Amino acid sequence: MIAPETEQGVAEAIRAAHDARQPLAIEGAGSKRGMLRPVRAAETLTTRALTGITLYKPAELVISARAGTPIAEIEAALAEKGQQIISEPPSPLGVGGATLGGIAATNLSGPRRIAWGSMRDHMLGIRAVKGDGEVFRSGGRVLKNVTGLDLCKLLSGSHGTLGVLTEITFKVLPAAEATGTLAVSVPDVAAGVRALSAGLGSPFGVSGAALLPGGLASLGLAGPVALLRIEDFAESVTYRKGRLREVLAPYGDVSLVEGAAARSLWRGVRDVTFLDAAPDEAVWRLSVAPSAAAAVCAALPGAKLMLDWGGGLIWVAGEASEAMHAAVVAATGPGSFTLFRAPDALRGAVAVMPAEPAPLAAISARVKALLDPAGILNPGRMGR
Amino acid sequence: MIRLPAPKPEVMARRPQILAGLAALVPADALITEELRLRPYETDGLAAYRQMPLAVVLPRTTEEVAAVLRFCHQQGVRVIPRGAGTSLSGGALPLADAVVVGLMRMNHILDINFEDRYAVVEAGVTNIGITQAVAGDGFFYAPDPSSQLACMIGGNVMMNSGGAHCLKYGVTANNLLGVKFVTIEGEIFEVGGTHLDGAGYDWLGLITGSEGQLGMVTEVTVRILRGPEGARAMLAAFSSIPIAGQAVDAIIGSGIIPVALEFMDRPCIHACEAFAHAGYPLDAEAMLIIEVEGSVAEQDALLARIRDICAQFSPISMKVAESAEQSLAIWKGRKGAFGAVGRISPDYLCMDGTIPTGELPFVLGRITQMSEQYGLGVANVFHAGDGNLHPLIMFDANDPASFAKAEAFGADILKLCVEVGGCLTGEHGVGVEKRDLMTVQFTADELDLQRAIKSAFDPAWLLNPAKVFPLEGNKVLDAA
Repeated sequence: MIAPETEQGVAEAIRAAHDARQPLAIEGAGSKRGMLRPVRAAETLTTRALTGITLYKPAELVISARAGTPIAEIEAALAEKGQQIISEPPSPLGVGGATLGGIAATNLSGPRRIAWGSMRDHMLGIRAVKGDGEVFRSGGRVLKNVTGLDLCKLLSGSHGTLGVLTEITFKVLPAAEATGTLAVSVPDVAAGVRALSAGLGSPFGVSGAALLPGGLASLGLAGPVALLRIEDFAESVTYRKGRLREVLAPYGDVSLVEGAAARSLWRGVRDVTFLDAAPDEAVWRLSVAPSAAAAVCAALPGAKLMLDWGGGLIWVAGEASEAMHAAVVAATGPGSFTLFRAPDALRGAVAVMPAEPAPLAAISARVKALLDPAGILNPGRMGR
Repeated sequence: MIRLPAPKPEVMARRPQILAGLAALVPADALITEELRLRPYETDGLAAYRQMPLAVVLPRTTEEVAAVLRFCHQQGVRVIPRGAGTSLSGGALPLADAVVVGLMRMNHILDINFEDRYAVVEAGVTNIGITQAVAGDGFFYAPDPSSQLACMIGGNVMMNSGGAHCLKYGVTANNLLGVKFVTIEGEIFEVGGTHLDGAGYDWLGLITGSEGQLGMVTEVTVRILRGPEGARAMLAAFSSIPIAGQAVDAIIGSGIIPVALEFMDRPCIHACEAFAHAGYPLDAEAMLIIEVEGSVAEQDALLARIRDICAQFSPISMKVAESAEQSLAIWKGRKGAFGAVGRISPDYLCMDGTIPTGELPFVLGRITQMSEQYGLGVANVFHAGDGNLHPLIMFDANDPASFAKAEAFGADILKLCVEVGGCLTGEHGVGVEKRDLMTVQFTADELDLQRAIKSAFDPAWLLNPAKVFPLEGNKVLDAA
C-alpha cells in the first residue's frame, strides 16, 4: 500500500504507475471499499497519510483540508467555531472513519441534503492528480465562482477514476442553535411520503425528512414512521414545530422527539443503521422522485427498507443474488441505483449503476482517456 | 479590444447553400437571414462588442435544434447558442461565419410537480416565468439574477447564473435536477432526471456553467422550493468600508445566514438615491441591505439580533422595514443600481470578480486608488456575504480612449481579485470579455485540460468558439 504524505508524493506514485502501466486501487480510509465493483489492481494508493486542515476562515464560511483528513477531525475543528459540514456526511451502514477525499469522491450526503444541498454542491475548489501524475486545480476558495469548466463537480462522485483528489475546499455553515424532530405514525409508505412532501412543501424549513417503514422500537412505534427535522434558532424551532405539527396532523399521530433521543435518531438515519442490514445481505442505494417511492418499495416485498430525502433516497437490503439485483433495478425505473455493498461475486457480475446513454458514453470514454490515459485509476470500479 | 478569429472563408463563400440547407430543416419563420432582422442578434448584454452573424435560427423543438446542430457540424459551420441575450460577458456574441441558435421560441412549461418539488421547462422559459408559474401555490425558483425578467433558464444553466439570494439558496447548479442535452453532432440525451444525486459522473455539474462550449440544453428540470412565510429587509449605514466589512463578519459569525446581504459604497448610494429616492443615507461611506425570512415574529427576532450586532459598529443610521412595502422601498434602490449608474454616466462596464470577504477593505481601497489613476468613476454594489463584487466602471463609449481605459481598469480589478485568492467571475461568466485574462487564474496546463474536455464534446470547436479560452495556445481553433 502506497501512502504518500504529500501531494508531490501522490503525483510521483501515480506517474510511476502510469509509466509502468500498473493499475492502482485508490482509497482514503477504505471505509467504502465494498461499493460498486471490485477494483482490478494489485497495488493500493491511499490518501490517508495526506492530512491536515490547510485553511479555515469561519467568517468566510470556508475550509480547506487535504484529502486524507478524517471527516471527524474536520467536524471537530468546525464545532469549535459553532459551524458544521452542510451536507452531513454519513458513515453508511455504520462504517465510520471516512476521509474528506472519500466523501467528496463518492458524493455521499446525509439527511440535510434535501434542504441544503449535497457534498458536491458545496465543493468550491479542488487540487487533484490526473492519471499521468500531473497536478491540476479547479475552482478556488470563494463562494461564487463560474470561471472555466467546473471540474470539482466532475470529480465529485467519480470514485477516484478521473483523478486523485489531494485537497478540497468547501463551504460550511453555522450549526443551528436548536433542533426539533416530529415523528408521524403513518399507515404505509405512500402516506409517509405524502407527509414528508407536506412538510418539505411547507414554509417551515424542514431540514431532514426520513421514513422508517419498520417503525421505531425506541419510541414504541411499530408501524411506519415519518420523521421531520427543523434546525434553527431556538425561538424559530419552537414556533415552527407547532406550525409543522398542524401541517402533519392529517397524516397520522404526531409526537415530538427531543434531545439525545433526537440526535441519535438522525445519526441512525444518516448512517443508515436503521436499515439493519445483515452481514450477508446486499445493500442498494436508490434515488428516485419521492412520489415513486411507494411503488418502488411495493415492488420489493421482503426487502428491508429505509427512506430519506423526503422518500427520494431509498436504501434496500436483501438477498445477495442476481435475481434480487434485477428486481431492485427494475423497481428503480427511471431513477438511479448503486449497488452499495455485496459479495465480490455479485458486484463483479452485474451492472452496479445505470449505464450512460450511448452518445454520452462515447464522450465519457474520451474524458476518461484524457484524465487517466493509461487506465490505471481504480480500473473496474465504476463498471469499466 | 478583444480579438475574434477570422471567419472561415469556405463558410462565407457557401452562405447561400448553408442558408438553403437550414431552410430545409426548420419552418420558414424560424430562419432569419435578412440584415434588418439579424441586427438585434449582433450583440448581447456586453453591448460594446457587435458582430453580425451568418444567420439566426429559432427552433421550436429539441429535434429542430438537433437537426440544425447536426447540419452545422456536417458543414463545418460555427454555432452560437443564445438565450435572451442578456449575458454581461459577451457569451452570446456572434461570429461573422456563425449561425446563432436562439431558444426564445422554446418557451413552454412542460410539467410542474409540487409533491416532488420540481418543474420541467423548455430552455427558453424566462427565469421569472418559472417562479410565476408556481407562485400561486407558494413556491418559487430560487436563483434570481438581476436580469430575471428577461433571461432564460437555458442561458442560466449555461452561465450557472447566481443572484442576490444565493448565500442561502445557492446558484443555478445547486437548483437543477436534469437537462435535455443536444451535442454538436445532433445527438439528444437526458442528463439527470427528477431525482437527486444519481450514480455516475456528474455531467450535469460539468454542463452547468459551460458557457455553450459543450452542447446545447433544450429542456431543464429545476427544483422548486416552498417560499418562506415572509421576508423583510433592513439597512445599516457605516462611516467606513472596513467597519461595514467588520459588521458583515460579525453577522455571519453570529450564526445568522441572512437570505441576502448586499453592500453598496458611497458613489453607488448616491447614484441609487438620486434615481430611486429610497431614503438612503447620503453621509455614509458604506451601506448594507440585510434581508431575513420567516414569520413576522421570526423576522422581528432576527432583525433585532442583527440590529444589536450592527449597533456595535457605530452605525451612522439603521432602518428596519416595518412592513413589506418599506422592505420593497429599501430594495428599490439596490435593484435599480445599474440603471441608476447609467443615469450619471453615459456608459459603464459591470465587473464580476469574487474575493475572500476578509479582503474586502483592501480590495475596495485599491479600486478607489485605481479609479483615481485611470480618471474613471467607479461605483461598487455587491453581494457581501459571498464576496462577489460588481464594480461599475463609468466611461464614455463615444470616446475610444475612454473605453480602452475602462477595459484596462476592469482587467486590473479582476487581476487583483485573483491575486487576493479570488476569481475572475462569480456569476457573469468568462465569455469573450474575460477570455484573455484566464491565464491570470489558470496555468497553461490547466487551460489545456479544460480545452481538451471541450474537445471531447466538440472536437472541431464549432460551439461558441473564441469564448472562455484564450486564442493563444489553442491547438484546434484557427486564430489567424
